[in-house]
Amino acid sequence: MKAHYGYKDGAGDFFIIIDTDKCAECEDRGCASACPEGVLEIITDDYDDQVAAVVEDHRKKIKYSCAPCKPDLDRAPLPCVAACGPDALTHSW
Amino acid sequence: MTEYWRWKEHRWHDEEANWRDGELITAGVDVGSVSSQAVVMVDGELYAFSSMRTGSDSPESARKAMDWAMEGTGLTLDDVGFVVGTGYGRVNVPFSDKAITEIACHARGANYMYGPGVRTVLDMGGQDCKVIRCDERGKVSAFVMNDKCAAGTGRGMEVFADLLAIPIEEVGELSLQVEEEPPPVSCTCVVFAKSEATALLREGWPKSKVLAAYCSAMSHRVVTLLEQVGVEEQFAITGGIAKNIGIVRRLEDEIGIKAQPAKFDTQIAGGLGGALFAQNLLKKKLSAN
Amino acid sequence: MITAGIDMGSKTIKVVILRDTEIVGKSIALAGFENREAAETAYAAALDDAGVGMDDVERVVATGAGRGNAPYAERDISEVASDARAAISLYPTARTVIDVGAEEGRAIRCTEKGKVLDFALNEKCAAGAGAFTEAMSRALEVEIEALGQMSLASTQAIPMNAQCAVFAESEVVSLLHAKVAKQDIARAVHDAIASRIVSLARKIGFEPEVVLIGGVAHNIGFVDSLQRALECDVVIPDDPEYIGAYGAALAAAEG
Repeated sequence: MKAHYGYKDGAGDFFIIIDTDKCAECEDRGCASACPEGVLEIITDDYDDQVAAVVEDHRKKIKYSCAPCKPDLDRAPLPCVAACGPDALTHSW
Repeated sequence: MTEYWRWKEHRWHDEEANWRDGELITAGVDVGSVSSQAVVMVDGELYAFSSMRTGSDSPESARKAMDWAMEGTGLTLDDVGFVVGTGYGRVNVPFSDKAITEIACHARGANYMYGPGVRTVLDMGGQDCKVIRCDERGKVSAFVMNDKCAAGTGRGMEVFADLLAIPIEEVGELSLQVEEEPPPVSCTCVVFAKSEATALLREGWPKSKVLAAYCSAMSHRVVTLLEQVGVEEQFAITGGIAKNIGIVRRLEDEIGIKAQPAKFDTQIAGGLGGALFAQNLLKKKLSAN
Repeated sequence: MITAGIDMGSKTIKVVILRDTEIVGKSIALAGFENREAAETAYAAALDDAGVGMDDVERVVATGAGRGNAPYAERDISEVASDARAAISLYPTARTVIDVGAEEGRAIRCTEKGKVLDFALNEKCAAGAGAFTEAMSRALEVEIEALGQMSLASTQAIPMNAQCAVFAESEVVSLLHAKVAKQDIARAVHDAIASRIVSLARKIGFEPEVVLIGGVAHNIGFVDSLQRALECDVVIPDDPEYIGAYGAALAAAEG
């Protein structure tokens, strides 16, 4: 399944999208430790798969949580996306 | 003082059925931030439910909802084989055997309520708005949930009902009583939309027109959320705002798809799904013994 | 030379009259629903305050969200440009400007000449600007002016889960029902909005000296939370809400 974590408000759409079917096939799940802000964690979902998810506390302020990795100038590749082997993780902004 | 935003609490149970004849009695308790529902099923058929406003204490609200659902049936908690807690307060249902997210429960509940043909469920609750894509078994294939921003949620609607001093149940109908659809309010932010609405009222706009402008903006906001995961037929709407025809009608017009008619109270989808998950889990538990 | 700057803010209109670079008159008025009319009234009041007549003013520049609708102005400049210009004029060592108004929050990085290097905005969402603290002061049933003082008396930090002004209001009501001390709630309110402003500052990579302007700078509770979250002190000019208009007036003076 495609899980969209984040929100949409007057300022725009801010979602981290995790394809859990691809994610479940991953072996090392490096995304969670790659994130310098602790936005991601590994959980057991409702269908008993071990998958990555956005930590509950960050879901409603994801724009702010991810801001340190998203400067306007000289933006490097996002560590979480780079760490994701199965290409399961994308950002909507 | 009239509280314009307060909808009516209610309960129901099937007077024709006798739960004592049933084998598997399960329940789903959905404790939302605004409303709570308890749903009892007997052998996979809907038997009883209650819907009430969530109080300041989640465990208390769960208990009250459950007791009210069972009222007049002779059922007690001991007769219920498995309880699933769901919703915002799911970890706070003290008598539940397992907690499952409202996403999974809503998909499962919608599958029961609307049949295996349903593929897209829009749930507009008190403090959140979610879109769930599911398969013929009611398993989630995609979801997006917005609980950060009041726009497109029941709470946002309540702010407007309060501003215009109109009971929440009448808001939808009133918004359709316009000859021509006015331009939508320009801000999605409820706080800023409220300022805009105040200005429009000052300019002499009738309440129906202001409501139409707001409902128009809100339904457009919901459509963009729908587009995030895509809409596939059949399309169903659950949750409290499903009862707001002003939003529903505008939504349907914009996506060009009609929502499935509701045969059950749209607010019980989460609890219903929970009760169905509970049934599977009870079967597994019994066969393991 | 006498110039004027008009800041057409979403909530208030500010007018500043300059003689060269010195402020000689100012006025503020609620923008209301007819912001052009409100601006005309504020302009007349500012001229009165300065003791000059309309014909004495050589150039007028407008700024602010509603600057397209400003009366008398021959041109307009962006809010970030006017903020940066004003900050450098007041504090030559300023390199970051944080402007928190009623409906928008901004963080701006500027050069020593007052040119804008980078900026980030909190816009279109009440939780990112002054509308948030205003809504919370209503929920706490205190005047906005008293909210700051109240939060300084807080003895413990509590988290605020809601990230929306509407949901936060409900959360405040629940906290009050749970008998949480008003001063602790007030502090949570300021910590919440400060973190949303600091995130903007971090996004552009803020550098000292940091200047704080905009109406919300009057809120000492917010300033306290902001400095704690930034881990850095901020300087606040007198009449912080007028600084945008001041910058526009400076731009007028420079031609």
